[in-house]
This record gives sequence, C-alpha cells and structure tokens, in this order.
Amino acid sequence: MDKKMQTVLPKKKKNTLKLKFETTRSYAPALESTSAANIKPQYDLFINGKFEAPLSKKYFPTINPSNEEKLSEVAEANAADVDKAVKAATNAYEKVWKKMAAKERGKYIFRIARIIQEKARELAIIETLDGGKPIRESRDFDIPAAANHFFYYAGWADKLDYAFPNKRTESIGVAGQIIPWNFPLLMAAWKIAPALATGNTVVLKPAETTPLTALKLAEIIQEADLPPGVVNIITGGGATGVALVNHPEIKKIAFTGSTEVGKIILQTTAGTNKKLTLELGGKAANIIFEDAPLDEAVEGVINGIFFNQGQVCCAGSRLYVQESVAHTVIQKLKDRLESLIVGNPLDKNTDIGAINSRQQLQTIQKYLKIGKQEGAELYESPCALPKKGFWCRPTLFTNVAQSNRIAQEEIFGPVLAILTFRTDDEVIEKANNSPYGLSAGVWTDKGSKIFNMSKRLKAGVIWANTFNKFDPTSPFGGFKESGFGREGGLHGLLPYVNLINS
Amino acid sequence: MNNSTISKKTISKRIEVLKTYKIYIGGQFPRSESGRFYDLIDEGGKKIANICLSSRKDFRDAVIAARNACSGWGNRAAFNRSQILYRMAEMLEGRKQQFIDELVQQGNSKSQGAKEVDLSIDRLIYYAGWCDKYQQLFSSVNPVASAHYNFSVPEPTGVVSIIAPQSSSLLGLVSVIAPVIAGGNTCVVLASEKNPLCAVTFAEVLNSSDLPAGVVNILTGKISELSSWFVQHMDVNATIYCETNHAIQKMIQEKSAGNVKRIQLYDKIDWNKSEGQSPYFIQNMQEIKTTWHPIEPIGSGSGGY
Repeated sequence: MDKKMQTVLPKKKKNTLKLKFETTRSYAPALESTSAANIKPQYDLFINGKFEAPLSKKYFPTINPSNEEKLSEVAEANAADVDKAVKAATNAYEKVWKKMAAKERGKYIFRIARIIQEKARELAIIETLDGGKPIRESRDFDIPAAANHFFYYAGWADKLDYAFPNKRTESIGVAGQIIPWNFPLLMAAWKIAPALATGNTVVLKPAETTPLTALKLAEIIQEADLPPGVVNIITGGGATGVALVNHPEIKKIAFTGSTEVGKIILQTTAGTNKKLTLELGGKAANIIFEDAPLDEAVEGVINGIFFNQGQVCCAGSRLYVQESVAHTVIQKLKDRLESLIVGNPLDKNTDIGAINSRQQLQTIQKYLKIGKQEGAELYESPCALPKKGFWCRPTLFTNVAQSNRIAQEEIFGPVLAILTFRTDDEVIEKANNSPYGLSAGVWTDKGSKIFNMSKRLKAGVIWANTFNKFDPTSPFGGFKESGFGREGGLHGLLPYVNLINS
Repeated sequence: MNNSTISKKTISKRIEVLKTYKIYIGGQFPRSESGRFYDLIDEGGKKIANICLSSRKDFRDAVIAARNACSGWGNRAAFNRSQILYRMAEMLEGRKQQFIDELVQQGNSKSQGAKEVDLSIDRLIYYAGWCDKYQQLFSSVNPVASAHYNFSVPEPTGVVSIIAPQSSSLLGLVSVIAPVIAGGNTCVVLASEKNPLCAVTFAEVLNSSDLPAGVVNILTGKISELSSWFVQHMDVNATIYCETNHAIQKMIQEKSAGNVKRIQLYDKIDWNKSEGQSPYFIQNMQEIKTTWHPIEPIGSGSGGY
C-alpha cells in the first residue's frame, strides 16, 4: 500500500529556481577609477599634529591584497615613538582638550565628520585598495558609517550631563586604541569619536596590513585643525601595540581584535588601573526556523557570512537550520553561492573581494582542511579566481557536528558551517554552546518566537529577520569571551568616562 | 571547692544551646566537604565558634548550584524578584536581635550593631525597589537610520563570585549581594573571614525568604585559599573583590583572562554611606543586548547582494 501511494503521489515540486547569472549573461567590468585616490609613496607617524619620521627609522610596505602590489610604505613605531605619541597626547589632554568647552570639542568632531563625507570617494577607493574589500561595501557602508559615527558622537560632547542620571562624568585621560584590519576607517571612527566627545585624547594604532585610511584620517584631522596631540596615529605591528598597551601614561585601552590577544591584554594590564574595552572574536549562530520566509533568510545568511569575505567578528558563521527545511535551504544557499561574483574589489559588480593578507588566507585554508578531515562536506563556488593576490572561494560545509572545530572556532573567512536542529530548546542549547557571545540571528515569521529566542540567546547583538546591520546609535559588543564594553549609542560613552557622584 | 557545689551548680544552670555555623549551598546548610574548620575567637580571646573552612570543592559545588539557579532567577518577573528582596528585608527585621547579638560578639558595641542591622535592612528595601526599575534606566530605543526597530536592554551577566568586604559582617555582605541578585544574577559569596557569623545567619534569612535555592550561596573560609579559584572557574562570569590588597587585585585581573571574566573592584567604597548604594552597582553586573528587526515587510527588504 505504502509503495503504491508513493508511486501515485506526484513528485514534490522542487521549490528552487536556480540562478545562473554566469551562463545567461555576464556583467561588463565596471571598475572604479583609482585616479581619485591620492596615496603618498611613504607615510610617517602622525604625532602632535604633524607627520614625523619614526625614531625607529624603519618603514614597512603595505600592499594591495588583490594583486600583491605595493601601495606605499609606512613607519614602524618603536617604543620610543610610542612614548613620544603618548606624551603628546598627555600634553594635549592636560593643556587643551580637558579644559576646552564641551560644545567647542563637539564642533571639532563635527568638522571631522564633514570632511570624511567630502572625501568619501577617495577614502572608499583607498580602503578597497589597501584591504581588498569590494568597492561597493567600502563606498556604501564603511565610509558613510565612519562619517556618521563621528557626527553622532560630536553631538554628545556637550550633553554628557544627561547621559548618566545622578552622576557627573569625568574624562579619563589618554586612550590607547588598537584596531583590526577588517573595517579600518570605521573602527578608527568607533574608537576615536566617543573618546574625543567625552574629553579624552587618543593614540591610535591601525592594523599592520591596513594603515592607509587611518593615515588619510590623520590628514583630515590636520585639515580640521584639531589641536595638536589630541589624536595621534602611529603605525606598526604587534610590538607597537604591546608598547602602547604597556605605556604607563595610558589610562584607557580600547581594543578590537582576536580573543587571544584580548586575553593577553587582560593579563598584561592587571594591577595597573587601566580601564579596558575589549571587542573580541565571535562565532555567531544564525538560526532559520521552518516558518521563515526562506528566500529572505537565504539572502540574510549569505550577507551574514560573505559580507567583507566573512572577515567580520560578528559574521553569521554557524547556520542552524530546522530539519524540515534544511534540504531546501541548503540547495538555495548553494545556488546563491554560485551567483556571487568574486574578483577585482574595485569592480562595482564584485560581491566577494580579496582576503586581507596571505597570513589570513593561510588560516582560512587551514580550517578548510580541518573541516574536511573532521568529516564535514565542503561545497565551494566553482568560480575562477584571479592568479595574483589572496583569494578564497565562498564555501559552505554541511554534515557539520556541534563539536567540530569549524563549528566552534572563529575562522574569519567566507566559510559557513551548516548544522540542523528540531526544537527551540535544542537550538538554544546549541547556539549558546560557545565561549563567544557577540551576535546571533533568528529567522522566523512568528513574533513571539523572535522574542523568545532573542531573550534566550547569549549574545550582545541579535538580528531578527536581518543580519549585519550597524548604526552609530546602536550599541555593539559582546557577552562572554567576545569581550566587554559597548561601542555605539549612549552605552558607548560609558567606557570613556569615570562616573562621579554629583 | 567540693564536689557537691560543682554538681549543684551544674544541675541548676540551664545549658545554652550553641549554634553550629555552617555554609549555604544550593539552599542547603552543609558543613565543608573538607571537614576542616577554623576557630573564631573574640577580642577577649574566648572562642566563639568553629567556622567551616570551605574548600575549592565547596566552591565548585556552589557554582553548580548558582548556575542551575541562573535561568530560573533571571527569568522571574522583575516584580517577583522585587517582592523576594523585600521579603528578605522583612525576615531580617524580624531577626534583628540575633544579628545585633552576633555583631556584639564580634566586637561591636550594641548601638553600632543596631545601626548596622538597620542600614542592612534599609539597603535590601532600596534594592527591592530597584528590581523592576533599573531596566528602564539603562535601556534604550535606538533611532537607527535604516528601516529597523532597534532596542537595547540590560541582561544579567550570569554567575558572579564575590569576595565580600572583610571589615563589616553584615552590611558589606548585603551591599554586594543585593545589587547582584536584584539584577537577576546568581552568586557565590565568600563571607568576611574575621566576622563570619552574620553571613551564616543571613543565609537563614535567605532560606526563609522565598529566594530560590542556589541564587545566593555563602561560604566561609580564607581569602588566601579561595580567591584564585573564585576568579579561575570557567563557569563563573564575573568576580567582585572588595578589599584593597593589591597583590590579590592584580591576581584577579590576571586570571580573569581565562574566560574574559568581568571584574569589579569595590575597594574605595564606604558601605555605611550613601555611596554604598546605587543602581550603577546593578548595572556593573549587566550585559547590554541590542535587538534589531526590520520595520518594512521583510520580503521587500533588499538583500544587499
């Protein structure tokens, strides 16, 4: 009987329409011109309002990861350079910035925001050249978001009395800030804007592989006529960061980067009274329920893991899909994966750009190998990759176990691990079973389920029926080993002030 | 002195029932699993009691109890948490005399003791009132520039290990526990080593206040022995340390790296003054969670790619 039924029933219609952009038509290249980008052959350290040659006398190249060509060379700050920058910041704090009327402080920050907007095109091109991200992302997200962040915090400068009921705020002093290479200018904005608005001065170290937009920001800060020493920008590698963290005049450290380095900072600053904000790694769970609008969910998952080549601390790198729709969702994901355009980051059609560095590419490749060894099934886009530069095909793993390293550890690349679940309780258990807790996503049509999930998920940012959204007014930061402190919004002021009883 | 007078005295005098001071884990009053104790001696050199010398294993048991109690307590209605904290104050008020007696035993004057108990009761009332109010103070609806509804709310950090102020027996203990549990966290507390009596008796107050088992766990013992375990345990989310010992402060901050524990050093706070109570003590053990949802029908949202 069963057998007969089966033969009588019509075959279930396959509910996916395969998108074949590559075969039906191909996009003509639409390259952004680099003529608007003015990159000097060499950059010094930005200390006390001037570009100064490093005491170390050393420079290191910064390359374009999409073709490995050298873009410029930048100074490598040693401990003496760090000391010089911190002294300049201390001096500016004591003599100028601390004493300045808050509304005037705010006006300087507004100026910076405006000049970033004016120079948005140049900054976007340089961001893409230096970091490898698609021009569409740097143009539409990184640069405008950076300008908006300055604009937002500028307005806070003279309103701090309203931020913390029954408390007065006091600035802390010199903030040492260390930022990663995935959103170079945006991270600089996230760090500098709230620090200045609350009356602190800054020594910022951009990442080794992406120093250029921070140095362009230094030029903007000069142009805005910010008092010398209020913001100092010093380039270098890990050793420069260590010198900055350990400098005794630094009163506040804000770090965005790996959990591993965050833990070292916790250890080395122990007993020093330095205030800390840490924004560390993540392994976000993105959860699709069977009642979700699947096409939108698939778009959200694609955006969640392939935005900036997956080199995002809050990337939705673990997909939990309800068993009943797993087959459909995985098929749709594979189809969508194939339609992603991988290639020259300067091309306005490009979806997936270059991996930021050879080192990061090696890390990603290591995890691809581990995933296969652990028995997961790898599926990658069959797209062609450019010969030069650092490239990784958009990849997904199915048949992943919760205990697999690709489901536990942060890969920081375009690699999605797909797992399945049956019940709400099961997926909560699995999603929260991680030392990280930065972000999470939920896709369902049911409002009560969204709130139930978002309440129980242990993560600092929950995206419901959306993913990877950011805004200057929206606090961002992690639970558990993803760090502490918030950036953005009113909550982003707290890490940069001491609260005094009024 | 002859034998008949001794026996006469012994027969006529009522023998006082001495209290056994035990620790408080998961709503139970066990002795330390280690079987160890230390002598509590009063200022005149007279022994007051045998106090449990809690071990690392006792601490681990207490963390399990605190973790198990975590989601239940955090998910209670804030109003209900408020009522339970108020109930704690009521129970403390009813047993005021016992606490004053213990404070006197530990070297306070009667009036000092009475003042400390009064302040402790008032502090519980203060935080009972905050249970359903701090959320509105520390949350926000964020006016994002895109078509999303976006809000941020405080949520409990989780399990908090607390090394209570050593100089005060009751007020310090209450001042650090109350904001932690008002905020929906659970905790394991190491009582004052020199003044542990009120901590144990306070556990009896908790036990009769409808506070769910495991929300507050109280150990007695030595800071020197236990402090490093308090901050190294991987299932503890935060540690509060209230003393000024710089070496221990540094050790706590160093070891917090293990699981990126949140650390609060309350080393400059006078718990007798108004600075000893504030909703910001609640906020210190909260994590801000931000939730986004599209405003337009999600079908019409552009995918970005």
